[in-house]
Amino acid sequence: MKHGRYLFILSFLALPVGLYAWLVILPFAQAFQISLTDWSGSSNSFEYIGLDNYINLFKDERLVLPALRHTGIILVVLPVVTIALGLFFAFMLNLGGRVRQGRIEGVRGAKFHKIVFFFPQVLSVAIVGILWKQVYAPENFGGLITGALTSVGLPAPVNGFLADKRFVLAAVIAVLVWSAVGFYLVFFSSAMASIPRDFYEAAIIDGAGRIQMFFKITLPLLWDSVQTAWIYLSIIALDVFVLIYMMTPERGGPDTASEVVGGVIWKYAFNHGEQAFASALGVVLFFAALTLAVVSLRFGRRERIEY
Amino acid sequence: MATETPAKPAAATAARPARPAPRPEGNALNFFSHGFLWLWAVMVIVPVVWIVVTSFKTTREIASDPLGLPEAVQWANYANAWSDGNIGGYFLNTMQVMVFSVTGTMLLGAMAAYVLARYEFPGNRLLYFMFAGGMMFPVFLALFPLFKTLQNVALLNTYPGLVIVYIAYSLPFTVFFLTAFFRTLPSGVAEAAVVDGAGHYRLFFQVMLPMAKPGLIAITIFNIIGQWNQFLLPLVLLSRNPEDAMISQGLANLALRQGYEGDAGALFAGTVMAMLPIFVAYVLFQRQIQAGLTAGAIK
Repeated sequence: MKHGRYLFILSFLALPVGLYAWLVILPFAQAFQISLTDWSGSSNSFEYIGLDNYINLFKDERLVLPALRHTGIILVVLPVVTIALGLFFAFMLNLGGRVRQGRIEGVRGAKFHKIVFFFPQVLSVAIVGILWKQVYAPENFGGLITGALTSVGLPAPVNGFLADKRFVLAAVIAVLVWSAVGFYLVFFSSAMASIPRDFYEAAIIDGAGRIQMFFKITLPLLWDSVQTAWIYLSIIALDVFVLIYMMTPERGGPDTASEVVGGVIWKYAFNHGEQAFASALGVVLFFAALTLAVVSLRFGRRERIEY
Repeated sequence: MATETPAKPAAATAARPARPAPRPEGNALNFFSHGFLWLWAVMVIVPVVWIVVTSFKTTREIASDPLGLPEAVQWANYANAWSDGNIGGYFLNTMQVMVFSVTGTMLLGAMAAYVLARYEFPGNRLLYFMFAGGMMFPVFLALFPLFKTLQNVALLNTYPGLVIVYIAYSLPFTVFFLTAFFRTLPSGVAEAAVVDGAGHYRLFFQVMLPMAKPGLIAITIFNIIGQWNQFLLPLVLLSRNPEDAMISQGLANLALRQGYEGDAGALFAGTVMAMLPIFVAYVLFQRQIQAGLTAGAIK
């Protein structure tokens, strides 16, 4: 039986592990290797140049530095806003309703809200991109917001929100939040549902208001979920690109105003033929993601409350 | 949050049980909170409904009267998107790939997860972390080497190539989630089956897989939605022949062409057509879909 056992393990692991190693692990390892060379990506010749690519990254004021700045902004704004909204909505749906005979309820129509809020999550980025590009479009292209603004006599950006350096990044972040909030609403909501109702009922007897309940009961007990959400959203923030690709002029414009790290990797790898340089930036992104996950797991840890 | 009235009244009235206590919150706060909930619902519904309305307008109407209703319903937009925009073709392409990629992902993912969850052997933890760690990798980093890898084995711009890449890139989450799921299954049933003389293979296919059904369904939904919406991988690995495109990629091409040809109506009709099956599936299975997509995040 023992011999058969190892044969069985081997037969079950060979294909998935082989495929994964070949198509995921190996390409990532190769990217690390490429980042230490001067390879363009098309020729067969290259030389190892050490860490030169990494040094040059931080000298590239045209694309890389603006991209790092913008990705940094997204990395802060997206998790903060999404988690705040997700927690708020989840709390409202679970505990925002009336208190009846000492028992607390969610708001009416909670199920409807959940279904609606979550819907953007199942739409593909391509659809979301097309949809919002038109919502933000200039008035003479039939934009929704610009059209609505001018119809009530308010000023709107002449070329639409996406062709305006002041608005483009905020406009893209708004779409990211729009599509993510529903997911975290459902996520936090199911975590909240597992908090025993007695806690809140005891709090009502003690005369606590909703806001106190949220900060003194819900948030501390949800800390693990918030942390998980934070890591998820950080990784999403670092990987933002497709929406920029779909929506913004020059795929990161106007004038690099919405350039992000993913987009710059794309441009150097597939448009400029500077594969090694692009890989170096990718490696930086990789370590950023790794650091974020490790840091938030280490320092975000609090004592677990069992209930 | 200065609008909140102090929570004292409730405590003060508690002594007089006969009368119902006034609610501790200020009405202003309550009004604000509920208003905000509805505002968000409107913000989700309006753009989606608006794009559906827009898809029935002429291109001229779209530009000149964005907020109005179409004068006459332009079914022609849909016909154009279907035939010239090739939306139907992209649908079929995507289905063709996903029949194999989703099945493959589930089969290989379940096999690996089962062995990692229920068999002790040297290297078990390492393999597990290798899979789980893959969830964090930024896919950009691998795109170009991956492109070269497929080129070397003549699978670039082919569906089999895309299928195996989809499977490989879906494995991290699938294995991570299913390993956790297989660990929670009771071992009593498995032991009984072994006593009855079931081998390792029969145990897996006839006992463990059926028991893992809820987990398998959740993660299948997750993978279907994930692969249906995949954009970057086909953009790089299936770029030669536009006719072969996956649905997301096809829509993006349509959006690009719309820039030259100015047929905005067809673009939005195509977008609505791509949205429709997802919408129907979502309304029918919203509970399962929500559970499936949030599954990995909930312990």
